[in-house]
Amino acid sequence: FSLPTAACLNSKTMASRVLVGVKRVIDYAVKIRVKPDKTGVVTDGVKHSMNPFCEIAVEQAVRMKEKQLVKEIIAVSCGPQQCQETIRTALAMGADRGIHVDVAGKDSENLGPFQVSKILAALAKKEDVQLIILGKQAIDDDCNQTGQMTSALLDWPQGTFASEVAVEGDKLKVVREVDGGLETILIRLPAVLTADLRLNEPRYATLPNIMKAKKKKIDVMKPGDLAVDISSNLQILSTDEPPQRKAGVKLESAEDLIAKLREIGRI
Amino acid sequence: MAQRLLRGLVLFHKFSLLKKPVYYGLNKADFSLQSRDEQLDCLVNAFRDIAGSENVSVAMAVREQHGKDESLHRCKPPDVVVWPQNVEHVSQMAQLCYGNDIPIIPFGAGTGLEGGVGAPKGGVCFDLMKMDKILNLNGEDFDVTVEAGVTRKALNNYLRDTGLWFPVDPGADASLCGMAATSASGTNAVRYGTMRENVINLEVVLADGRVLQTAGKDRRTRKTSAGYNLTNLFVGSEGTLGIITKTTLRLYSIPETMVSAVCSFPSVQAAVDSTVQILQSGIPIARIEFLDDVMMNACNRFSKLEYPVSPTLFLEFHGTRSSLEEQVSVTEEITKGNGGSEYTWAMDPETRNKLWRARHESWYAALALRPGSMAYCTDVCVPVSRLPEVVLETKEDLNRSRLIGPIAGHVGDGNFHCMVLVNPNDPDEQQRVKEFCYRLGRRALAMDGTCTGEHGIGLGKRALLLEEFGSIGIDVMKQIKLTLDPKNIMNPGKVI
Repeated sequence: FSLPTAACLNSKTMASRVLVGVKRVIDYAVKIRVKPDKTGVVTDGVKHSMNPFCEIAVEQAVRMKEKQLVKEIIAVSCGPQQCQETIRTALAMGADRGIHVDVAGKDSENLGPFQVSKILAALAKKEDVQLIILGKQAIDDDCNQTGQMTSALLDWPQGTFASEVAVEGDKLKVVREVDGGLETILIRLPAVLTADLRLNEPRYATLPNIMKAKKKKIDVMKPGDLAVDISSNLQILSTDEPPQRKAGVKLESAEDLIAKLREIGRI
Repeated sequence: MAQRLLRGLVLFHKFSLLKKPVYYGLNKADFSLQSRDEQLDCLVNAFRDIAGSENVSVAMAVREQHGKDESLHRCKPPDVVVWPQNVEHVSQMAQLCYGNDIPIIPFGAGTGLEGGVGAPKGGVCFDLMKMDKILNLNGEDFDVTVEAGVTRKALNNYLRDTGLWFPVDPGADASLCGMAATSASGTNAVRYGTMRENVINLEVVLADGRVLQTAGKDRRTRKTSAGYNLTNLFVGSEGTLGIITKTTLRLYSIPETMVSAVCSFPSVQAAVDSTVQILQSGIPIARIEFLDDVMMNACNRFSKLEYPVSPTLFLEFHGTRSSLEEQVSVTEEITKGNGGSEYTWAMDPETRNKLWRARHESWYAALALRPGSMAYCTDVCVPVSRLPEVVLETKEDLNRSRLIGPIAGHVGDGNFHCMVLVNPNDPDEQQRVKEFCYRLGRRALAMDGTCTGEHGIGLGKRALLLEEFGSIGIDVMKQIKLTLDPKNIMNPGKVI
C-alpha cells in the first residue's frame, strides 16, 4: 500500500517561481477596540496572525508545487520586524524562502494597496517570477485592491476571487466567484491570482515543519532598494466604533406601535 | 461595600430566628413573600456591587436560557444569573451564596447532555463565559492555561500557528473547564486520551469561596508524585465540589499527515472484531468510529451520500507519511480478513471533511429519520472485548421495544452512543425509552463497564451510579462531598 500522492504524471512545470504575498493582521478572533484618541485601533499586545486569505494563497502555491507545476515559492511581507513571524508561518506551510520588505513605525501604518502593489511589481521583475498569488483582501482594511493594482502595474492578466485554479495546456483556467455566480476564464502566464474562501482549506503548520522553517532564508530589504516610493496620498482622519445598539422598546398593542411610529416620524 | 454586605448577611443568618435556609427557587411558597424578595434584592445588589450591574440578571428569559443544556431534561431556571469577570468575583459571590445557603450552579457553554446545569432548588447560576482569556502558552513544554470561558475551538484556533493542538474533541464547541468538569472525551480519545489524562492543574473556587490550585499555583510538570491527586478529584465532579475557573492543559503536536478511510462490513460482529484486532496490533490509530446500518441509512438520506447500508468503520490515522503507509497496510489486512470492503480514502482536508460529514452530522441525520422527534443520546462504555456483545444485545432490545435508535460510537474505547428517537407527545414511547436506557446502563455494568463513558451522571443516572460503585463507593463520595460542601450548595441534585 502507498499513500495517494498529489503528483500527476507528465506534469509540466508552468511557473518556475511563484511570489505569494502574506500580510500580518490582527487575528480574526480578537475583539477589536478603537484607540481613545480615535487615530486607529489598539494593536499593542493584541494577537496578530497571517491574513486568512493569504493562508489560502500560500496553500494554493504549496499544492501547485506538490503537483510540480511550480518550482520555487517566495513568501513576501511588507511591514515592521514582526512580519518575519508571518513569513516563517508561510515557510512552515511549504514556501521555500522569504523576503521581508522592512517598513517600520509610522510608515507601516500608511502602507496601503497602492504602495504594496508597487513593491510586489518591483519584486516580480527582480526575482523573475511567473505567477503571483495573493489573498483577495486583508481582513483589517478589506481593500481588495492589491492584486488588481499589481496586475495593472505589470500589465499581466489577473484571475481574482479564484475559487478554482486548474491547468489547461499552457494556460490557467480560473473559476471566479462573482455576484452573479461563477465565471470561468482562461489566462496566460505570467499572471496574478487572488484567492477566495473556497479555493482550498489551508494546512496547519506542524512542529517539524516549523523547525525546518527556521533554517529557511528570509532576505530583508527596504522599499528604497526596489526604487519604490511608499509615501501615501491618503490620511486617516478618524476611526470610530460602530454605533452602539440601543435597547428596544416593548409595546403592548398594535395601536401603541402605530402611535410610536408616528411619534418618531416614521409614518 | 461588598464586605459590609457580606458581614451583614452572615450576621442576619446567624442571629435570625429562621434556622432553615430562607432562599429557595420559585416553586417554594412556605415563607412570606416579603422576606424572599428582600433576600433576593439584597443578594442581587451585592452581586451588582461586585461584578457590575450589567453582569447580573434576573430576567426570566436569561434564567430560562441558563436552566437547560442540550439534553432532554426539562428547563429548571436558577433565580439569578451572574457573569463574573475574574476569579475574585467568583470567590466573593460564592462566599455570599455560602453565607446564605444558596445553591451555586456553574455554567459554561451549555452543551452538556445530562441536565447538569438545571437548578431544581433555584440558586445562582455562575455563567463563566466572560472569563475568556488564554493565559500562559508554553510551546516547548506543551502546556497552556485557559480561563473558564475559553472553548475548545477558540483554543485550537489560537494555537494554529504554533504547530500544537488540543485533541480532545467531544463534538460540540464546549468550554474547556466544562469539559474538565464532566471528564469529557471524544473521537480522538483512543490515541490522545480523555480530559482525565490531559488536565495538569485546575484553579477551583470552593463552596466557601476559597480559591484552590489543585496542583499548586502555576505548576505544570508532565508528572508529579506530590500529595493527593486533587486535580483528578475535580475532573468529572460536574460542579458538585467546586467552580473550575482555570485549567492547565496538555497539548500535542499537530500530526504531519492525516489520512481517513471508510470501510463497511457484513455484520456488527465483523466491524467490532476488526476494531479489537486493530487495537491489539498496536497501531496508534487516531480515530475509530462505528456507525451501524440504521445510522448509515440515516446519513445517506440526510447528507445525500451513497455509502452501503451496513455496519461501517470510519478510521483516521495520524503520523508521518512513511509510518502512515505501514499503519494503513496492517489495518487493511485486518479488515479484509473480517470481510471488510475496499477502503474509501481521503488525505487532503476537503475530502477528509466530506468523508467525515456522515459521522459529524449523525445526530441530525438520526433526528431526520422521523421528523418531529427528539432524541436521547445514550452513553455507555465497556471493555473493548465485550463490545460486540453489548451492541448486538442493544440492537435486539431496540427491536423488542419498538424503538428507533441508530448507533454511533467510539468503538476504540468501547464506548458507543445510541440516539434513541422519542416522540415528545407519546408518553408510552417515553416510558419505553426510559426503561430501555436503564436496561442499557445495567447491561453495560454487568459487563464490567460504566453507565457513562463521557457525558457524566448529571440528573438522570444517579441510581445507576450507585449500582456501578456499590454502597461503599457512594459513601466515600458522599464523605468527600460533605467535607468540601457541607451545606450541599454546589450544584445540588447532581451526581450523588
